[in-house]
Amino acid sequence: MNSATVRSLLVRGMLAGLGAGLLALVVAYLLGEPRVDAAIAYEDAHSAGEPAMEIVSRTLQSTAGLATGVLIYGVSLGGIAALAYCFALGRVGRFSPRATAALLSGVALVAVYVVPFLKYPANPPSVGDPETIGKRTTLYFLMMALSVLLAVAAVIVGKRLAPRLGTWYATVVAVLGFAVAVGLAYAFLPAVNEVPEDFSATLLWQFRLAALAIQLTLWTSFGLLFGHLAERLLNPKPVTSAVRETSSDPAPETAASAS
Amino acid sequence: MAHPIATATPAAPAITPISVKAILPWAVFFGILLMALIYFVGAEQGATSLISGEDVHEWVHDGRHLLGFPCH
Repeated sequence: MNSATVRSLLVRGMLAGLGAGLLALVVAYLLGEPRVDAAIAYEDAHSAGEPAMEIVSRTLQSTAGLATGVLIYGVSLGGIAALAYCFALGRVGRFSPRATAALLSGVALVAVYVVPFLKYPANPPSVGDPETIGKRTTLYFLMMALSVLLAVAAVIVGKRLAPRLGTWYATVVAVLGFAVAVGLAYAFLPAVNEVPEDFSATLLWQFRLAALAIQLTLWTSFGLLFGHLAERLLNPKPVTSAVRETSSDPAPETAASAS
Repeated sequence: MAHPIATATPAAPAITPISVKAILPWAVFFGILLMALIYFVGAEQGATSLISGEDVHEWVHDGRHLLGFPCH
């Protein structure tokens, strides 16, 4: 277990992130793009005077542009998650490499996306005052950093408490502590509500659900793909897995059925 | 075989953790590199601009909205 293992895991994390990003891209294109288009139609109908000049055409934005964004995001987060996995492996409890990957992906989904999303949800075009972009960006990244740090702290605290309280209650206390700390952050950080008066509530809801579905796809498929690769790397012997591998290559199918 | 828990545990033998010293150089270098990539997808030419113009912003526009970053 050395530097070479870290490199192998990092490469697998980025590959799994690419695969997960591809699946998330499909969801983004099918569920997300119709809502982005509808929001832009609202924007054009309500903007006074000149329609915004297009630097990049809508067709490119919704295909190649979207793919660039989602895939870079997937590969980057996959790599970072793999590095976090190197720290977590063998330290969070008696979990197999695959189970550790699944656990890490679940925690990452909550800490990196869901917690910041509940305070500062994703917004479609035409929601949000351009004047406040600086403030909103700062708050969003602050919430994300805070949430990740709190999640790491909760894992460490839970680990420390485990010998005294037992694994179950140590986990309960750590999760409760995380929830209370996140609640305090929600209470003290300023709210952002810049939805235009007559913007369709249905459209806003559908857009945000689509945004959530993208992340759910990304992290679920990352957990399954990376878990599969990590298990094969770290635990290559088991007889059962050899049988499964010859019958079919499970990687793409596993991920597809999960999304 | 008497206890269901006893049959489940041997499947997950204790894994030796990777030493922090081995992880750290990778984590620092790639952590920064990958976070910089996320910055370019999520925030460049929005709140802050390292590259002038709006080409980056416009190119990743839809991804930025759908991935939950504040866009404009």
